[in-house]
Amino acid sequence: MLKDITLGQYFPGNSVIHRMDPRTKLVGLIIYIVALFTATSWLSYGIMLAFLIVMVALSKIPVKALFKGMKPLIFILIFTGLLNLLFNGGETVLVAFWKITITLEGVIRAFFMVARILMLISATFLMTYTTSPIQLTDGLESLLSPLKKIRVPVHELAMMMCIALRFIPTLIEETDKIISAQKARGADFETGSVLKRVKALVPILVPLFISAFRRADELATAMECRCYQGGEGRTKMKLLRYRRRDYFAYLILLMLLSGVIVAASFGL
Amino acid sequence: MAPILEVRNLSHTYSIGTPFAHKALDNVSFAVERGEFIGVIGHTGSGKSTLMQHLNGLLKPEIGEILLDGVDIWSDKKVTRLSRFRVGLVFQYPEYQLFEETVYKDIAFGPKNMGLKSAEIDRRVREAAKLVGLTEAQLEVSPFDLSGGQKRRVAIAGVIAMEPEVLVLDEPTAGLDPEGREEVLSNIEDYRRSKNATIMMVSHSMNDVARLADRLLVMNDAMLAMDGTPEQVFTRAQELVDMGLDIPEITKLFLQLRKLGLPVEPVFTMEQAIKVLRELKEGNANA
Repeated sequence: MLKDITLGQYFPGNSVIHRMDPRTKLVGLIIYIVALFTATSWLSYGIMLAFLIVMVALSKIPVKALFKGMKPLIFILIFTGLLNLLFNGGETVLVAFWKITITLEGVIRAFFMVARILMLISATFLMTYTTSPIQLTDGLESLLSPLKKIRVPVHELAMMMCIALRFIPTLIEETDKIISAQKARGADFETGSVLKRVKALVPILVPLFISAFRRADELATAMECRCYQGGEGRTKMKLLRYRRRDYFAYLILLMLLSGVIVAASFGL
Repeated sequence: MAPILEVRNLSHTYSIGTPFAHKALDNVSFAVERGEFIGVIGHTGSGKSTLMQHLNGLLKPEIGEILLDGVDIWSDKKVTRLSRFRVGLVFQYPEYQLFEETVYKDIAFGPKNMGLKSAEIDRRVREAAKLVGLTEAQLEVSPFDLSGGQKRRVAIAGVIAMEPEVLVLDEPTAGLDPEGREEVLSNIEDYRRSKNATIMMVSHSMNDVARLADRLLVMNDAMLAMDGTPEQVFTRAQELVDMGLDIPEITKLFLQLRKLGLPVEPVFTMEQAIKVLRELKEGNANA
């Protein structure tokens, strides 16, 4: 069933990582990614991996869940790995037959590339797993608020993102229902040519769009009934506030980044 | 005569093998005779809708089997597909599945999927539309221009046009006004009479099922708790209340009257009530 999609789903919990300010996690993720792309050597990759492992352990997110989310990305990983393995110059030839040459440099390069992507995805998932969509949009709104000065509608963008995230499960459920209802009328989605299968989607998409518009309309009315007028003068019940653990997290992150930069400049 | 539909030891678990596993049906068995009108009652989450979706092969039983005319509907792919047409399923709020440009085309969707000839499709569409009280002119308008009650009837006509031997309806009157409810219920009765069809209707209205159904199935916590005539089921009023269900208003009134000392047996429909009260009155006048 469509319901079983878990990509980037929030895992409720009460670990240090869960309680951290969403802004710290957002900025932290960016710092981590920058550090990841600066890292060049075994040592720096090792540090990055160790950091990630500690973070996952702290968050108490089951490792299984982390790997489960990566399933859809296997193709990209294999593709990147192969590309780097095969099309990389290098001196030390390991295997050579027909037009394929595999060099030691290529193997190392491919390994680093795949490791980098894996760590990048894990870190991103770690953030979405430990931060609820509402916290995430709150954090994003707060981080982007300087842009309000140049008339970027930051609050509206954040609200749109929040609503979109909120309605993903609802729409998935709705799609399931419509598919069942049309199947009960003998609709066939599994056989026939590509064109026929695309046409078979019409009885699903039309009702789905209509219901999405109806829901949007109802939601807008409900929001207006509660006097929603956009971000102007709106106060928050849960104010975002940096605490000691957040400053501590920033400190560690900056140390990580500078450490990796120093290591890179020394060619380590 | 052999039963048209037979459910044997049916169990179903959702999201099996995950932490969200949830048992929706637990060893449910019953048989349905041709031409019966069966009411299915049970509170939300008792497994009614899951049961309904098994009857036409939308869900595959985890354990157990469903026999249509003595043949397991999962015995062969073709049989499964055919069972979708022989057992017509009307979902909750079926008007949300309308999609075509005209009412006519939408009703024709089912018969078209059956691979019928266009003359036969035309006959079925017009017959189904007439049965649910849609006018010829309404066949050519967009279904989205109709009122809520009319949309509901178009959606039901879309299933009726497949001329299923068993018509299964999941709360067909939910969200309709009293007039709309009556119309939909009488459409269902009309279809049953004209085709000698079997009806299974999920409903939260005890008054409706008491009046229409020959037999009631009561679902509770994924299990079939009761199976019997409305008289048999509503006599066990206290058990129903314990399950979070209701009894017909008129039955409540009569139970109250009995408490006050009137020598009456509980009744389930308005007609029965009138008869009993009249007899009582005449009896008192004679005495």
